[in-house]
Amino acid sequence: MINNHNESVAHKTARELPAYSSRRFLRVISISGLILTSIVISALALTVGSVEIPFNTVWQILISHLPFVNFRGDWSPTTDMIITGIRLPRILMAGAVGTALGVAGATYQGLFRNPLADPYLIGVAQGAALGAVVGFVLPLTFGGVYLIPILAFLGAVAAVSFVYLIARVGKTLPMTTLILAGVAIGSVLMSITTYLTMISPDKVHGILSWLMGSFSISSWDQLKLISPYIAIGLGVIFLYARPLNVMQLDEEQAQQLGINVERTKIILMASATLITAMAVCFVGIIGFVGIIVPHTVRLIWGPDHRLLLPLSAIAGAILLILADTASRTMMAPSEISVGVITAFLGAPFFLFLLRRKKKAVF
Amino acid sequence: MARLEIQNITLDYGRYPVIEGLSFQLCPGELIGLVGPNGCGKTSLIKSLSRVLPTRSGQILLDGKELSRFSRNELARIVGVLPQNPYLPETFTVSEVVILGRNPYLGLLGGESAKDMAIVWKAMERTGITHLAKRRIGELSGGEKQRVTIARVLTQEPQVILLDEPTANLDICHQLDIMDLITHLCREKSISVLIAIHDLNIASQYCTRIMMLKNGQIHAEGTPERVVTPENVREVFGTSSTIYPHPENNLPMVFMNGNHCRQKY
Repeated sequence: MINNHNESVAHKTARELPAYSSRRFLRVISISGLILTSIVISALALTVGSVEIPFNTVWQILISHLPFVNFRGDWSPTTDMIITGIRLPRILMAGAVGTALGVAGATYQGLFRNPLADPYLIGVAQGAALGAVVGFVLPLTFGGVYLIPILAFLGAVAAVSFVYLIARVGKTLPMTTLILAGVAIGSVLMSITTYLTMISPDKVHGILSWLMGSFSISSWDQLKLISPYIAIGLGVIFLYARPLNVMQLDEEQAQQLGINVERTKIILMASATLITAMAVCFVGIIGFVGIIVPHTVRLIWGPDHRLLLPLSAIAGAILLILADTASRTMMAPSEISVGVITAFLGAPFFLFLLRRKKKAVF
Repeated sequence: MARLEIQNITLDYGRYPVIEGLSFQLCPGELIGLVGPNGCGKTSLIKSLSRVLPTRSGQILLDGKELSRFSRNELARIVGVLPQNPYLPETFTVSEVVILGRNPYLGLLGGESAKDMAIVWKAMERTGITHLAKRRIGELSGGEKQRVTIARVLTQEPQVILLDEPTANLDICHQLDIMDLITHLCREKSISVLIAIHDLNIASQYCTRIMMLKNGQIHAEGTPERVVTPENVREVFGTSSTIYPHPENNLPMVFMNGNHCRQKY
């Protein structure tokens, strides 16, 4: 009898609140739609470059490299090398970095309840950059390239902790002090980084292009180094999507709704900092992704982090793959820094969205 | 059903104590009204009972178990709180906020089931906000937001409810609605309710027991007839008043005469 009653109530809920019944459907459709888009864009990006390679050849080459496939076409080894040795790792790297920056931005914004929080505005990225440059410049006697991500992470953690300690007023973290402290500390760190690159003349060129953000030296080795860390960071953040929703209330209410606020903050902060450091350590500073992507997703799909986080991940990948493709084709054979592209495309688009909706985004 | 025992607690913000050596019990089915002037410690007491403000000394027992030994989730399944001026994110819809009340029942991987949604809907029906389900918080009035937060508290299915001025933003009709709902829950489901309230007449009409606080200590405690007296009102609030029984239920009603103990302007 009681069971019956509950069922009828549940039925009524589903009918009168279509938002709920369609929510799961919307989530599946949106996520799979965006994943599909990112695949199509990656495939198109593989075809363009200094050498145009027809789409037909591209997918045949990709298929020939799948395990257990014995398949040879009439393309040259050079073409194969361009696709699988140069363009594919570069595109995957852009995707991984875009994913990391999009999710890190969404996480910091949710965590600080601050629409301006972004890995580059709160100094995390600059800390990671300094850590990585220290790794590049110092003669590393052990660890070598494997140490770079770790140094970047340590730099990012140091920067974010410092900003947090400075920006905190009593028990709160006001928006203005957070951004002011982040920008100030970010600038100091950036100047140290630039100084370090200038006193090491033999490596200056590589590091200089790295500072402005570039995927031109991306390789499978780099991708293999950072992707496990990014995967771990993303996994943890996705698990905390609902607690992050609850934390959009004030901390007192979040605690009263069963959230261990301090622990959740530390876990999310560490994860977002980890993926930011991984995004920065081999490709350098690429601004705007962490702020454009989550805001655009929020404007279209709303503030629920269970949708916002995965969609920011995919949209971030799409944005950076597009930006990197533009950076290597627009002025070929020379390259435009990808950070220039993201700022140039991203900022006006973001302003347009803000003007169009003219209401609170956050 | 849950019983709260407060034993000799002291609360402070830094050097200034706000509650000193306070003890009382909150039993199932009881509706205690907490009254007193601004700054007498009502809000601090409610914060400490939901473990948002740590106690300096003394202990708080929930069903005989020290409050600090509960996990946040366990506690949120038993104790629901309506804070004073709760912040709600403007872009959330009403239903998105009410759903947050199910949080303590869901694991990290769990989503809301149809049963959870039914509980959410019921809570929204009880507070009369179903027609607002898809509206954004930024589009609501203060009173509507208040009812959204109350619905969220009910969604927690708590056995103890702590309310910090639940009627503050409401018109008289909604004030009585909310008080009727709370009284109903209190009686039917034997929920223990502690309610901090400024309106002495509402406190007198609805509460089974009234605690009058002054400077962090209990000044008077007991049934409305015993506590709401001209002497207590003068001693605690510094206000002269006349008290008549309500013509229908004989509960004391307060009529203010003016401030006699304060400076005249």
